[in-house]
Formats: sequence, structure tokens, C-alpha cells
Amino acid sequence: MTGGLVAQFLAQGAQMFFVLLIAPLAVGVVRRVKARLMRRQGAPLLQGYRDLAKLLRKESVVAENASWLFRAAPSLIFALTWVAAALIPSFASGLMFNWAADVVALVALLGAARALLALAGMDVGTSFGGIGSSREMMIATLAEPAMMLIVLTLSIAAGTTRLAGVADFFIAEPLAVRVSMALSLLALVIVALAENARIPVDNPVTHLELTMVHEAMVLEYSGRHLALIEAAGMLKLVLYLSLLICLFAPFGMAPSTAGVGGWAVGLLVWTAKLLGGAALLGVWEVSIAKMRVFRLPDFVGIAFVFAFLAILLAFLSRGAIE
Amino acid sequence: MPELYVSGAALGALAVAAAVATLVRGPALAFVYPLSALAALALGAVDLHVLLGGGELVAWLPIGLPAIGLHLRLDALSAFFGIVINGGVLAASIYGMGFDRAKELTPRVEPLFPLFAAAMNLVLIADDAYAFLFSWELMSLTSWALVVARHTDPESRRASYLYLIMAAIGTSALLFAFGGLAGPAGGYGFDTIRAHPPQPLVAALVLAAALVGCGSKGGLIPLHAWLPLAHPAAPSHVSALMSGVMTKVAVYGFVRIAFDLLGPPSWWWALPPIVLGAVTAVLGLLYAVLDRDLKRVLAYSTIENIGVIFVALGLALAFRANGQHEGAAVAMAAALLHVLNHSWFKSLLFLGAGAVLHATGRRDLDGLGGLIHRMPRTAVFFLVGALAASALPPLNGFVSEWLLFQAVIAGHTLPQAALHFAAPAIGAMLALAAALAAACFVRVYGTAFLGRPRSVEAARAHDVPLAQQIAMGGLAFLCILGGLLGSVLAAVIAPVLRVLVGADLSSAGSGPTPLSLVALDPARSVYDAPVIALFVAIASITTLLVIHRLSARRTRRGPAWDCGFPDPSPATQYTASSFAQPLRRVYGAVVFAARETVVMPPPGDNRPAQFSVVLTDYVWRALYAAPGRAVLRLSERLNALQFLSIRRYLVLMFGALVILLSIAAVMI
Amino acid sequence: MSQVYDISHLLAGVMLVTSFALLYQQRIAAVLNAFAAQSITLALAVAWAAWSENRPDLFITALIAFSLKGVVIPVALHRTVARLGIHREVEKVVGVGAALMVGLALTALAQALVVKIAQGPASQAREELALALAIILMGFLMMIVRRNAVTQIVGFMSMENGLILAATGARGMPLVVEISVAFSVLIALFVFAVFVFRIRERFDTIDIEALDRMRGDRR
Repeated sequence: MTGGLVAQFLAQGAQMFFVLLIAPLAVGVVRRVKARLMRRQGAPLLQGYRDLAKLLRKESVVAENASWLFRAAPSLIFALTWVAAALIPSFASGLMFNWAADVVALVALLGAARALLALAGMDVGTSFGGIGSSREMMIATLAEPAMMLIVLTLSIAAGTTRLAGVADFFIAEPLAVRVSMALSLLALVIVALAENARIPVDNPVTHLELTMVHEAMVLEYSGRHLALIEAAGMLKLVLYLSLLICLFAPFGMAPSTAGVGGWAVGLLVWTAKLLGGAALLGVWEVSIAKMRVFRLPDFVGIAFVFAFLAILLAFLSRGAIE
Repeated sequence: MPELYVSGAALGALAVAAAVATLVRGPALAFVYPLSALAALALGAVDLHVLLGGGELVAWLPIGLPAIGLHLRLDALSAFFGIVINGGVLAASIYGMGFDRAKELTPRVEPLFPLFAAAMNLVLIADDAYAFLFSWELMSLTSWALVVARHTDPESRRASYLYLIMAAIGTSALLFAFGGLAGPAGGYGFDTIRAHPPQPLVAALVLAAALVGCGSKGGLIPLHAWLPLAHPAAPSHVSALMSGVMTKVAVYGFVRIAFDLLGPPSWWWALPPIVLGAVTAVLGLLYAVLDRDLKRVLAYSTIENIGVIFVALGLALAFRANGQHEGAAVAMAAALLHVLNHSWFKSLLFLGAGAVLHATGRRDLDGLGGLIHRMPRTAVFFLVGALAASALPPLNGFVSEWLLFQAVIAGHTLPQAALHFAAPAIGAMLALAAALAAACFVRVYGTAFLGRPRSVEAARAHDVPLAQQIAMGGLAFLCILGGLLGSVLAAVIAPVLRVLVGADLSSAGSGPTPLSLVALDPARSVYDAPVIALFVAIASITTLLVIHRLSARRTRRGPAWDCGFPDPSPATQYTASSFAQPLRRVYGAVVFAARETVVMPPPGDNRPAQFSVVLTDYVWRALYAAPGRAVLRLSERLNALQFLSIRRYLVLMFGALVILLSIAAVMI
Repeated sequence: MSQVYDISHLLAGVMLVTSFALLYQQRIAAVLNAFAAQSITLALAVAWAAWSENRPDLFITALIAFSLKGVVIPVALHRTVARLGIHREVEKVVGVGAALMVGLALTALAQALVVKIAQGPASQAREELALALAIILMGFLMMIVRRNAVTQIVGFMSMENGLILAATGARGMPLVVEISVAFSVLIALFVFAVFVFRIRERFDTIDIEALDRMRGDRR
């Protein structure tokens, strides 16, 4: 029993380690795919690691009137995102601590990280920081209702708000052609794009553009602080990809009782799915243009409509599901 | 029964304090606050004792109406609300001890403060309709007098006038409600009413009247208009009491009537509180996010939280009417914990706003800024309150929000189609409200405390006296503690839940750890704040250690970067208004018919460009504008029905069709 | 059986999604494309029903839906729009967001109603009926919240798509009825078309609000 417990602890530790390890690679894959599709050579896949290492080595320049909040925020944002990412079942379901937060709490953890980032953006008192913070919070108000509805649909289907429980349900019951699930998937993809500041909601590669959101908030950061913020952004991408995988493509996930061998297989499958998802994101990003900020309510509104329709259809076909 | 004497003595002390305070002047008035603090402490201790120990206190006094007297009773429900109220009174009293004896004590505030506190306590322990209405009215009048304390300010006068009208309407609605409850036989004691629940039709009318009476006191939209004017007009520690605590007395009134006196509920009773509550939650925050006055923003946020509480109460009614006691317990626990949590963080925020007002003399957000440097302690406490009010983990606001979301998710098991389909809509509205709350408080904190000072007063601010810091710090500590120990609080309110809905949360030890908060079933939903907080702590410490080891530790202070064009003028910062601009564009255009106009002078003309925004408050226009105009407009409308376009006739047909289908859906 | 059910449910669900797409689109060309997509999905749904329930006569309905409403009418309307040179933007009475929210409410209403009135073992038919009713109501909504005559025609035909879907779900409805439904729609379409041209000739616009100005008794 204690041996099992130790193994579980190790597995949880391993998951925290792996999500952190793979995050820069996932971003590297997105960038690489984009570059190749644009007929560019592109940066090496491992550029993300190098960027982080470079930022860590550099000195950190902090604005004269920055407060303690500005300096404390990056570590807190990073820690919150990291814990949230580690709470999502990735290569094995039902790991040690993923019961500690259900989907609702997970979304709220990310909300806390976002609020801290928005506050940090306001701290120095520049116009760019404010523009980023205000838009980020506006986008959050659009995305959160849709997210809540997605959670509702999933928990109606699976009868639980625990992610591991939902994943187990979908492993046990292979995903049939179910409209409500398909709509939820689309809605979650849109929410994920909005939350990760990807095209068409925000462009992660530009500076100095009037439409920028996320980059405007972190404009004042440099050195190790910026490294932490960047790493948190990468983790968030892995988190949403993991969430999509866990909910809509959980096949290959090792059950919690599996041994080390099962976990190894699960880890390989998860890595492959994650990088595949990153590649798809790259393809998506080159095939669509950035939207005007005030077109966003329409775009994220689609997620809301889809999520609501998904619930209605789930109500309707509940007789069939049960 | 020693408890009886303790609470009697404490209430007596408050009354004596009020009486003596009318006689003295100047610095001597300061005695009011220590005395009120002691009385609140004693009353709170008795409440806690009753809540934890079970049982109840009953008293009968031969005053009041002849042959009826005054029935008083302290049961688990009253005791819970008593803890909420006396906690708020205690914090406000400690805050009051920090007042400048020479300048800030006025004979218009200090005598009324203990009386107000006593009146709120009396409402809770009233056990007959007469005692209830008497103390309710006493509470209204004392708080009104506190609002009008600064009568030289025309804004205050207008606010207090509106408040008086709305309080009168509310009390008469409650009078009507109790009349209906008592029935033709006229049994005004609560035990008599409980023994003879009214007929269904009468019960419906009573419920409506209770919703008007308690909703107007709590700020339920559309009865809210007075609240954002009156609460900020009072001195800040009284604002904290009115917003953090008096609104809870309104919730108590509704719970007492709907869950205790009115007998077994029908399912449709749930609809009005749920719908009004959800609309209130969203609209309240939209008002808040567009307002520029620090205290008024907080008052609007109170409206939102009352909406959230009423949604939870409505869900509890719905579950209870369908015999789903477990679900009812989750919803009711969400409501009660939110009552407690909101009283803590809203009192904290209003005291913080008072500190800002004291330090700078301003409450307009666009004149503040950079206070985190000048008022470091207040800034920390306010940050805790702001994050708690944004319902973010691991603070206390999220605990009740989480329970409420679990209740909403369980709502799809309700058999009635209306409730069934309402659940996702309510869930979405609550999620919107939560996201808007985060936006609202990032905006408030970001403009008032962060950035650079926008006025001389803000640049010269100083932190407040120690007593006021203690009051805020204690509440901030409670916000953190309540966030981590939500399961303990849920266990404490278990007796109330058992009385009201006949079940309690299956929390005690059924979760993975003793401190896990469990909704319905441990296999279904668990939230374990201590574990998450531990993980976040471990992760941030690890991060800091690793970063410390790996990275260059050099930190240099330099001018702000701002994309290479830093402007020294603080006017270039984002203000509260500019922060609200995206939200105003997205939501304001629909909800408030927001119109923006920019007047740009032609080249060569050196007048400044002008930007103006016009917002229309539909609720105000619809419900508070002169009724005569409405009648006139109505007759005009009816006339116009004869001259419509094809499309409008289609609208009429379509509307009729939809209404008929809806009726069919409900009736069959 | 569950596979059969899932696919017909999927197709009906997709049709409902295209109904929302009709309300969401800002340009007339996109509206016409969304309508074509809806009609083609309808054709697929009817064809699937024909194949799975072994009712070959339904293939004719599917063919009509595909060729007429999936191809001919959208193409014709595209050309009309191009020839008339009218605004490419959809003229809205109610904003996109509000219209979508009303659409959601109508969908919920349709379900609540059908679940109530059609209780019984035939859950599949019941769900199709609920989706069809939702599509019909959304078509009606489209006619109301969009001002331009072309979008009103599309709304009308979208209603008719919903009717056909309902008819397919209800067993034993003879082909004659469907053909007549289709023809009646065609006739209505002609009427509308005539309308369009007449208004165009007379007032140089196809905004139906322009008709009001001729009455002269308002404002």
C-alpha cells in the first residue's frame, strides 16, 4: 500500500515535470509548422528552451515605480498555471492529486493567474499595460460563460465534474457521433484560442500593434520575470491541449492502477497527441487572419452558442445516452 | 440561562451607548466604538454558542402591543446571521476606534451607530410579526439617519430621500406579507404562523411581497436604485455595515419567510428569485464596471452578490420542492456561505475605501493611483478583499461560488422543464458575473492602488491609523482563512441546513482529506483548497529557488519601457473609464444603449477634442420615471398598433405563436 | 440501431447549427452559402432516412432538396444579388448577438414543447421533431430580424427545410405531400422574386421598410 502511494506521488511529480518539460517544445512545434507553411525555414524546434535560458541569464530591468506586486506576480502566475496544468489527467487518469480541483476550480485557478497578470499590467502605469489588461479581462468575460456551459455539458454526460471521472467515462464509452459532444469540442477549441491569445483573438508574435492583448500586458517585463511569464504562457497552451485531449481524445490514457510500463505507454501516446494538437494549431494560425478586437464578441459568441446548443441537445438525447 | 442575560446586557449596552452619545459632544463620543465592539463580541459569542451547541433561546417581554408582547427567539438560523452581523459590527467598531477624535467624530453619527447595530440584532431574534416589523423599521430609520448625516451634501440628501421612499415601500410590502401569513385569524406569532401555513394563492402573494420587501432592502434589481446612492453616502464604516451586513438582514428576512414560515414550497416559487437574482448579478456588475466612484462601485458589487445569494436561495427552494434534499443542501450552503463571505470581503473593501477616502479625500477612481506605494498595508488588505470579491481561489469568495456552480450543475436533474432549461442559462449568467467581477476589481485595484498617482492628493496619501489597519487586517485574515477552511464553515452551518432543507453537506470526512469540500458525492465533485494552496505554495517556492539558482540575480531599476515612448505625465495611464471601454462597447451598447461621440475640431483649430459617452439606465427610466408619462406613452402605443409594417405584424403573429407554444409547453 | 440514430441526429443537429449560421452571417453571400449548406444537409438527412428505413421514395425528396434548394436557388439568388447590385451586407433589425440568444431560447422552447407533447417510446422521432421545430422557428425569426428581402426569402425557405425534416421524421407521410410542400415553396419563392423586382423597379431598393414610406401615415 505504501509502495503504491509512493508510486502515485512519483507519478504526480512526474506529471508536473513532464508538462513543464514539454511546454517549450509544444510552442516550438506550433512556430515551426507555421514557418514551414509560410515557406520559411523557421526556428529550431528547441528554440523555446533556448529563449527561456537566455531570458534567465539576462538581468531584469524593473520600472522605477513598479511595486512589489509587479515583481511577485510572475512567480505566482507561473505557479498557479503549473499547478493547474498538472491537475489535468495527461498520461494517466486518476493520479494522486487531481481530485483536489474539479473543472470549476481549475477554471478559477486560471482566472486567478489571469487577474494577477492583468494587475501586473496595470502596475507600472503605462498606456500599453492598461490596454492589454482591459482587453484581456473583456475577453475573459466572453470566454467564461462558454466555458461554464461546456463544463455543464460534460458533467451532464459523465455525471461528475472531476476531470479524471470525465476522462474515465469517455474511455469506457467510446465517443459516438454525438452532436452535443462535437459542438462542445468546437466551443472548447474557440475558448482555448481565446484564452491562449492565439490567432484570431490575439497575435502571439507581434509587438507594437494596436490589436495586441497579451503582449501589451507583459511589455514591461524582462529577464527572469519575463522568462516566468513566457513559461506560464507555454504551460497554459499545454494545459488547454491536455484538456482537449483528456476530454475528447482520451484513448491511450493509462488507468490509475497501471504500472510503470502502462504509464510509459500512456506518456508516449499523450506526447504524440499533444504535439499533433500543436501542429494543428500551427496550421490553423496560418490559415486565418487576426480579427479586430470588437469583432471578438461575435467570434467567442460562437463558442457560447455552440456550448448552449450542446447542452440543449444533450438534454434532448439524454434518453439515448443513459 | 446565562446566554440570555449576556445578550440582553449587550443589547442594553448598545441602547445605553446610543442614549449617552446623544448627550455628550466632541472627543467623548469615541467611547461608542469600544462599547459597541464589546457588545458585538458578546452577542457574537452567544450566537456562536447557540449555533454550535444546538438548542435555542426564547424570551417574552411584556412590552409592545397589549396582549401580544414581544416574542424573541434565537434559533440556529438567527444565530448564523447573528454571527455575520456582529462580525461586521465588530470590524466597523474597531475601525471606528481609529477615528481622529478631534475631527472625525460627529454627534450625527456616533449615537446612531450602536442603535443601528442593535436594530439589526433585534430583527434576527424577533419571533412575532410585530417585533420583526418594528425592528426592521428601526433598522431602516437608523440607517437612513446615518445616510443623511452629511446633509449639507445635495447628493446625500437626494440619496436619503430615495432611500426613505424605498424603505417605506419595502416595509409596507413586508407588512402585507405578514398580514397574509397571519391569515384571517390573525396569529402574529411565528410559531402560530408556522403551524398554519397559508393557502397556495395566499402563499404566492406572500412570496411576492417578501421578495419586494426584502429585495428592496437587499438591492435586488429593479428595486436597487437607492442602494448605490445611499450606501456610499454614509460614513465609510457605516457603508461597510449597510453593504456588508444590513443587506444580509434582508436575506435573512427572505429565508425566514420562504423557508420557515411559508410551509412546503411549490417548485415555481423558485423561478422569481432565480431569474431576478441572475439578472441582478449580471446587471449589478455591469453598473459597477462602468462607474467611476470607488464606493459606488462597491455598492453595485453588493447588488451583484445579493443577486448571487438569491439565485442560490431559489435553487434551494427548487430542490427542496422536488424532495432533492442533497441538492437543496448544496444550494443553501452556497447561499449561507456567500452571506458570510460577502459580509467579510465587502466590509473589508468598504473599510479600505474609507481608508482611501481618509487618506486622499477622494473617491473618484480617475483621481487616484499609485496608493500601493503610499498606503502599503491598506493596499495588501484591499487586494485580498478584491481577489475574494472576484471569486478567485484560494480565497473565501470562491468557496461559495464553487458550491453554487455545483448546485447549478445538479439543476439539470430537476424535473420541471422551466427549471431544467433555466439551469444552463443561470450557469452562464453566473459565470459571466464572475468574470465581470474579476474585471471590475482588477479595474478598481489597478486604477486606485497601482500605476502612478493621478492627483496631488493621491501622491501625498499616507496609511491609516493602527486600529483601522487591525480592522481591515482581521477581515483580510478571515477572507483567507474562510477560503482555506470552507469545509469547516460548512460543518458549522450544518444545523441551519438541517433545519431549512432537511439535509446537510456530506462533507465531514467523506472527501479525500478531512478539509475537502464535497458537493453531493465525493466521486462527483471535490474542491480541496488547502491541498491546492499547498501545491501552489510548493510550486512557487520551488520556482523561486530554481530561478534564484539558475538565473542572473541582477535587477536594475530603470525608467518604464512603454514601447520606447514613456510619457512622464500620469495622464497617459489607462484610467478607470478607459479600462471600462472594451466592456462598455461589448455589453453597454446592448444593456445601457451606450453611445459614444467624438468631437474633433478641424485642423488649425486648437480647441481640445471632446469625447462623451451617454448611458441610458433603462431600469430607472422604466420604473422610477413619472408614471403619468408611462400612461401617456401606453395610450400612444395602442394607437400605433393600427399602423404597422408587414414585418411588425409578423412580429405580433410570431410573438402570439411563441406565447401560445410556451403556454402549451407549461400547461400540458 | 444506435448508429442509425446517431447519424440522423447528427445531421439534424448540423441543420440546426446552420440555422444559427444563417443568423450569424453578416454578408448576403455568406447567408446564401449557409442556406445551401443547410439544404444539402437536409438532403443528406432525408437520404439517410430513405436508406436506413428502406423508403426509396424519400430519395426523390432528397434529390429535390439537393438540386433545387442546395444548388439552383442559391446560385440563382447569388446571381440576382450580383445583378441587382444591392448591399452585400445583411441589413439587421436586431444585432447578431441578440438574435442568437433569442434563437437559443427558441430552441429550448421547441424542446420543452416536444418533450411534453410527444412522450412515448419513439424517442428518435421525438428528437427529430424537436430539432425540426427549432429550425422552423429560427426561420421565422430570420424573417423578422433581417430586413432585406433576399434574407427574408432565405428565412422562409429555411422554415420549409425544417418542415421537410419534420415530415421525414414522421413515418407514413406520403411523397405527394412533400412534393406539394416543395412546390408551394417554389410558388412562394416566385411571389417573393416578383416582389423583389417590383420593389426594385419602383423604389430602387429592396428594403421592405421602404414600403412604409409609401403609406405616408406614419411620422
